[in-house]
Parts: sequence; structure tokens; C-alpha cells
Amino acid sequence: MEVTDVNNRHHTNTNTLGQDILEGLRDGTPIALGYFAVAFSLGIIAKKAGLTASMGFFSSFFTRASAGEYGVYTLVAIHATYVELIAMCLVTNLRYMLMSAAFSQKLAPGTSWFHRLFMACCITDEVFGISVGHRGYTPPAYTYSAALISSLFWASGCAIGIVAGGMLPTHIVSALSVALYGMFLAIIVPPARRAPNVLYALIASFVLSGLCAIAPVVSEWSSGTRTILLTLLISSVMAWLRPIKNRESNGTE
Amino acid sequence: MEQNSPILYILLAILVTNLIRVLPMLLIKGPIRNTFLRSFLYYVPYVTLAVMTFPAIIETTLTPLAGVVALVVGLVAAWFRLGLFPVSIICCLIVYLIDSLLPML
Repeated sequence: MEVTDVNNRHHTNTNTLGQDILEGLRDGTPIALGYFAVAFSLGIIAKKAGLTASMGFFSSFFTRASAGEYGVYTLVAIHATYVELIAMCLVTNLRYMLMSAAFSQKLAPGTSWFHRLFMACCITDEVFGISVGHRGYTPPAYTYSAALISSLFWASGCAIGIVAGGMLPTHIVSALSVALYGMFLAIIVPPARRAPNVLYALIASFVLSGLCAIAPVVSEWSSGTRTILLTLLISSVMAWLRPIKNRESNGTE
Repeated sequence: MEQNSPILYILLAILVTNLIRVLPMLLIKGPIRNTFLRSFLYYVPYVTLAVMTFPAIIETTLTPLAGVVALVVGLVAAWFRLGLFPVSIICCLIVYLIDSLLPML
């Protein structure tokens, strides 16, 4: 398995298009499994908001945002205003802006406007994670195939959740839902072996995130809001205290 | 609100969510030179994923113990570079075993 430094762009991509697609499907499969479980439980909420299975499939396939969709369906259920809906989308998905900015640095120079647009649309926490984890510049086909398989499972999970609600045993749903987190660990931990700065960032993230989940006031905020604020805070402090050298982030030396 | 059809809400959510994704990508062309900004973007993916993993991994399982063990074993497996799929499967199996065995003890 190739999971190397997030910003290691030294490597030039020697893969053929077919290899990029296969690698994308391979790395997208654990994402797809985790998505299925999460989307299944999302479907149960979508049903309460009055969505049919086909609406759930359509909505999930094109939105692809767990916390964002959860927020949207709870608003649909109470017939909230469109302004509230837009505000909800902004807050729960703000991290995608940061990811999009970071992802822009992983595209080969001269990548077409078309690919920039559609690769950006593929961004979810997980597809972004493996895409920036790809050695060298990220090939569009890799991101597309990982996004396609995971989105199909995400949308199907939501649709099946709407139809079949609570039929799957809870301990199977529970087990499937950690697939995502296992994958996150596999993305963030290996680079920390080589780069102590990444290790410090991870330790700070775990500790502060744990504290924020139990602290008064802060724990009342949604996990999406906490994710945004902690990401801004920890990344800024790390960038200030431990700025990266040119070599670490830019393969062109 | 005038219309209660979920369709309009869904279309609006799709539009807004994807605009958020697309805007920075289209506005930032070429490599960023500013050291702080580059360092910031370098840390963002690690921090976001770490923050989303913990403590959520413990809160999502039926018993917190299953989440804790999955986290520890997952960290070790990832440290030894087992790859995305193996680490995920190991975590799933651990949670399945602990969640289904623990009530029997």
C-alpha cells in the first residue's frame, strides 16, 4: 500500500491511467464500506425529513457531506428557512474550503480548469485524505475513481437506510462505522514517523479534541464547528511555531 | 416557508456545498509562496483528520471500550504502515468482537 507523506511531491507519477484508476478503487473501497454504514444511519434521519429513497440517493450522491447532510435533513424536517439552510451548509462544510485550498497545492502545474473543478467537487474528508496522501502530484483519475465508488456506496447506503431503517443489527452498524476512523489513522500516522512536526500536530489534535468534547460550553457546539475551529487553531499555531522548510512541501526544491 | 418540498432544500444544499469545495481551488492558481500559508495548509489535513477521529471513534461504538481498543490497535497498525484497507478491517473486526462478546461476559 502506498501511503506516503501528504505533501511529498518529489515523486513523479509513472502510473498508467489504468493503474491510477485501480489504485483509486482500491483505496476508495474502505471509504465506501465506512460510508455505507454512516449513510445508512443518515438515511434513517432523511426518512424523518420526508425524503424518498430516490431523493436520498440523489441528494447524497451530489452533496456527499456527512455532518452537512445531517444538518440539512434536520432543517428539512422542521421546514426551516432557506437562509438557515445556507448558513447550516456553510458552517458544517467550511472545512472543505481549507481542504480545497490545500488540495490546490497537490495538483500538477497546468492541470486543466475542468479537472480543477471536478477534483474539487470530489472533496470529502476521506477522499481528500487519500488524495493528498497520494505520492507526488495527485492524478485526477485516482481521485475520480475513489470518489465514484465511495459516492455510490454513500448514496446507496442513504437510500437503503431510508427503506430499511433499523433492520441491520446495531453491532454490525457500529463495527462498520469505525472503518472510516481506521482509514484516517492509516493516513495520518505513517508520515508522523518521519516528520516529528506532524507527530506534534497529531498529539495536539488528539488532546485538544478530547478536551473540547468534555469541556463546558465548547462541547455544546456541533462536532463540525469544533472541527473547523480546532483545525484553524492547531494548524496556525503549528505553522507559526514549526514552519515547514521549502523542501518539505514543494518537490520542485 | 412557502414551499415544503424537500427537493428545493436538496438542490440548494447541493449547490452551496459544492460551491464551497470549488471556490478555493479555482481562485488559487499555482504554488503558494508565503511560508506561513504553505505551512498552515501542510498541517490542515493531518489536524482535521485527527480531530475528526478522536474522540468520535469512541463515541460511535456501542461500548466505549470497543472504540478505545480499536483506536489503540489502529494506531499501532498504522504506525507499522499496514495500509488503509488492513487498518480499517482490523478496527472493524475488533469493534465487532468486543461489541458482541462484551454483553455475554
